[in-house]
Amino acid sequence: MSTLLDSHREDASRRDWQHILHLDAALLFGLVALSTLGLFVLYSSAGGDENLLIRQIIRLGLAFGTMSIIAQLRPQWLQRWTPWLYSIGLALLVAVLAVGDIGKGAQRWLDLGFVRFQPSEMMKLAVPMMVAWYLSDKRLPPTGRRLLIAGALIIVPVMLIARQPDLGTSLLIGSAGFFALFLAGLSWRLLGGLTLLAAAGAPLLWHFMHDYQRQRVITFLDPEQDPLGAGYHIIQSKIAIGSGGLFGKGWLNGTQAHLEFLPERSTDFIFAVLGEEFGLVGIGVLLLIYSFIIFRSLYIATQAQDTFGRLLGGSLAMTFFIYIIVNTGMVTGLLPVVGLPLPMVSYGGTSMVTLMAGFGILMSIHTHRKLLPT
Amino acid sequence: MPARVTIKDYLFESRLFMQRSVQALVFAGILIAILVGRLIYLQVLAHEHYITLSDDNRIKILPLPPNRGLIFDRNGLILADNLPSYRLEITPEQVHDMEATLDGLAKLVNIRDVDRKRFDQLRARTPVFKPVPLRFRLSDEEVARFAVDRHRYPGVDIVAGLSRHYPHGPLTAHAVGYVGRIDERDLQRIDTSTYSGTTHIGKVGLEKTYEKTLHGSVGYRQVETNAEGRILRTLVRTPPVPGNNLYLTLDAELQNVADQALGDKAGAIVAIDPNNGDVLAFVSKPAYDPNLFVNGIDTKTYKALREDDKQPLFNRALRGQYPPGSTLKPFVGLGGLEQGITSEHAHTYCPGFYQLPGKARKYRDWKRSGHGTVDLVTAIAQSCDVYFYDLALSMGIDRLHEFLAKFGFGERTGIDISGELAGLLPSRQWKRATRNLPWFPGETLIAGIGQGFVLTTPLQLASATATLARYGNRKKPHVVASTQIYGDIELTPLQVEPVPDIVIEDRHNWDTVIHGMHEVVQGRHGTARKVGRGAKYPFAGKTGTAQVFGLKEEEKYDAKKLAEKLRDHSLFIAFAPLDKPRIAVAVVVENGGSGSAVAAPIARIVMDQYLLKPES
Repeated sequence: MSTLLDSHREDASRRDWQHILHLDAALLFGLVALSTLGLFVLYSSAGGDENLLIRQIIRLGLAFGTMSIIAQLRPQWLQRWTPWLYSIGLALLVAVLAVGDIGKGAQRWLDLGFVRFQPSEMMKLAVPMMVAWYLSDKRLPPTGRRLLIAGALIIVPVMLIARQPDLGTSLLIGSAGFFALFLAGLSWRLLGGLTLLAAAGAPLLWHFMHDYQRQRVITFLDPEQDPLGAGYHIIQSKIAIGSGGLFGKGWLNGTQAHLEFLPERSTDFIFAVLGEEFGLVGIGVLLLIYSFIIFRSLYIATQAQDTFGRLLGGSLAMTFFIYIIVNTGMVTGLLPVVGLPLPMVSYGGTSMVTLMAGFGILMSIHTHRKLLPT
Repeated sequence: MPARVTIKDYLFESRLFMQRSVQALVFAGILIAILVGRLIYLQVLAHEHYITLSDDNRIKILPLPPNRGLIFDRNGLILADNLPSYRLEITPEQVHDMEATLDGLAKLVNIRDVDRKRFDQLRARTPVFKPVPLRFRLSDEEVARFAVDRHRYPGVDIVAGLSRHYPHGPLTAHAVGYVGRIDERDLQRIDTSTYSGTTHIGKVGLEKTYEKTLHGSVGYRQVETNAEGRILRTLVRTPPVPGNNLYLTLDAELQNVADQALGDKAGAIVAIDPNNGDVLAFVSKPAYDPNLFVNGIDTKTYKALREDDKQPLFNRALRGQYPPGSTLKPFVGLGGLEQGITSEHAHTYCPGFYQLPGKARKYRDWKRSGHGTVDLVTAIAQSCDVYFYDLALSMGIDRLHEFLAKFGFGERTGIDISGELAGLLPSRQWKRATRNLPWFPGETLIAGIGQGFVLTTPLQLASATATLARYGNRKKPHVVASTQIYGDIELTPLQVEPVPDIVIEDRHNWDTVIHGMHEVVQGRHGTARKVGRGAKYPFAGKTGTAQVFGLKEEEKYDAKKLAEKLRDHSLFIAFAPLDKPRIAVAVVVENGGSGSAVAAPIARIVMDQYLLKPES
């Protein structure tokens, strides 16, 4: 991998196709490899449903298209529009709580007449952008009043989304903001203090949780207590992964998935299908691709030439990581069940488009650098 | 805002960011390492455990019940068959509104109150998510009607299976018996693993005695199911081994003729081949339809059967214990000869009654005017009571008991139909043990004419007659001749346990007694001479008229005046042909009256059928 990065550094000095198209070859390679692997797993988990596969391919096309378009936008332009994006997003979140549609027992959707829109998706990008924007002209590390303001920029949308309720997304947005702050140099002492505060505040959080959220936590702590109810998901996905062993049962041969024991096998629990059919080796390949993408994204962030680009790029890279770790942690029974898809693999559209828009931003940051003579 | 605040130290910030990026990467690396550790635990260390759970999830083992062996008569006529049948089953947990479902089903198939009641009872006993049968043996029309509306009834299914059927119904009921649904009592005596999937078990008769032979052994099917339990495919199939077929010694045609001959009278007929103990006919009447019991009889019908005065459920041939009456006389006479107490030519004078020395009580002969001077042959032919009073008294109860026991009186024959009773052959010891009373000589007298304490079953009588016909060569009576492994053509004859023969003192004694019995039916003064008339073969017989209650001295028996239930039982034993006996018969007609008038003609019909039918 290092040779690949080294060679790229040399390439950066020339105005090659990557800079003309504003795309990053390494990142693109990682994302294409990931989507391809994802399609194989999805084909199996959907029981060979080709229509579903075609719909996913169309979504992937849409997502890659979005990424390519965003990549063309100059980071400075993005930076200028950030406060507007954030403000509109915040306003829409309030609107959703007021008049939003109820889907799957939670208010997440806003019906604009021609399209159903999920403002929380927009905030996945808008929040780290806003934090990066706010800190871009401040001295780092942020302290005191600046830290409080940055914190408020994060907490307000997180609380609004948690109220919908959408624990997964609010967690993701919270961590996106958090990583922007962390990369900006948030002091470790403060971090330790906040952790203690969070531990102390847990009972308070419990008090504000919805019943189904509490149930998920209880189920996470002891899945066997309700093997046919809430614990069923975790038990069955552990069986799927565990029975896959080192090399898996073979593509299209997963009994847990194909005999319908595994719930939500095309969406949130698709990781278990991979584990069952391709074993530890298959999961290893997926984790390698993910690691490569994260590493490349973080590298892009470090190469950014301003604070906005650095903080935004790093935050997007770490959000991608949080996506992965929360989903895989949930499916393997390490974390409670939180409704987050496995990025680029799970079936589903909105989150994929948002994610790829994020990679578009990363590519924009990387390919719009002003090249300094060395 | 002060200017110094906006002055950014780009180099410092760049370095800070790099430092923090590395820290974030380490953080991510640690979490991924934890994830990988977890995966290694799940997929490598606990792999076996999860493989087992996964297989448990998808693989279910279903029993394949074996087909029950069939039962044929000696000529290959089927007596117990397995017919394809459809039953309607409901899995209550899958039904939302049971009442509505049952009401709806009642419009498609005939559901009686009995079915609903049984369904409720079975439901209470059935584990959850197991189907409960509602109706058995649906007609084709009912199956078709339900099939059309099937989608409207989730949890309701039609299941094809085999159902035991007895094509001859009541005719073979008491011999073959029947199967019924396995109940709690059965569960205690069977190995449930070998009966998994089996719903029925032999309850009575041969079906019970030969349960092990008929049942076969259970097979298994490993199936892959989905989360809803729907069977997707069979992985491994161990086929069941069907039960063995039984070929009986019974001759269904003879059985039918005997049954017809007995008409609607209560009684029993047992015909045995003396040469080997084959039971040729085994009739007990009235009988019942065994098909009623196969899938559960409704309480009303069952109550009617149980409370019927004529006791159709009572197996008279096997369990009916009757005084043998005069049919015992040939055996008593033979005992007198063999034990040297009397001789062929010894005479006794019969004045029509007998008195014990020094006692006033008169033991009466059935013929009030007396038989005059009689020897043994005449005494048997004319059934002279006085001769046998005298002989019995000379023998004494001990020797009488000893000799009659040799013929199997007072003990079970050991026939292969379960539930046999032993009858009663009284002795001093028996009386002391059961009644704590001494034996009185008067009791010996009446025992000598087959009255008093003596009780025999029709089967015992037939078996003893067969032994007499074969000069003491005893054969254990049996109903099953051979078994046949499923799919084989060959029959495996069933070994019959040998019984020691009676040791003969003088063969001529047997000739004498058999001659007396021949005189009964074919002599000039024989009690059943009308029955013997016109027979195309020589045969031997003995009539018996057993008193249901004792007559007082000087009281005359008047059949017409007595209620039918108190009328004498009519008995007859016979074997034929005389020289090479092929059939021995015992007939008991309850409250039939005189043996010669009622039971004897029936025996003749049975023998005619067996001996004169064209050889096929």
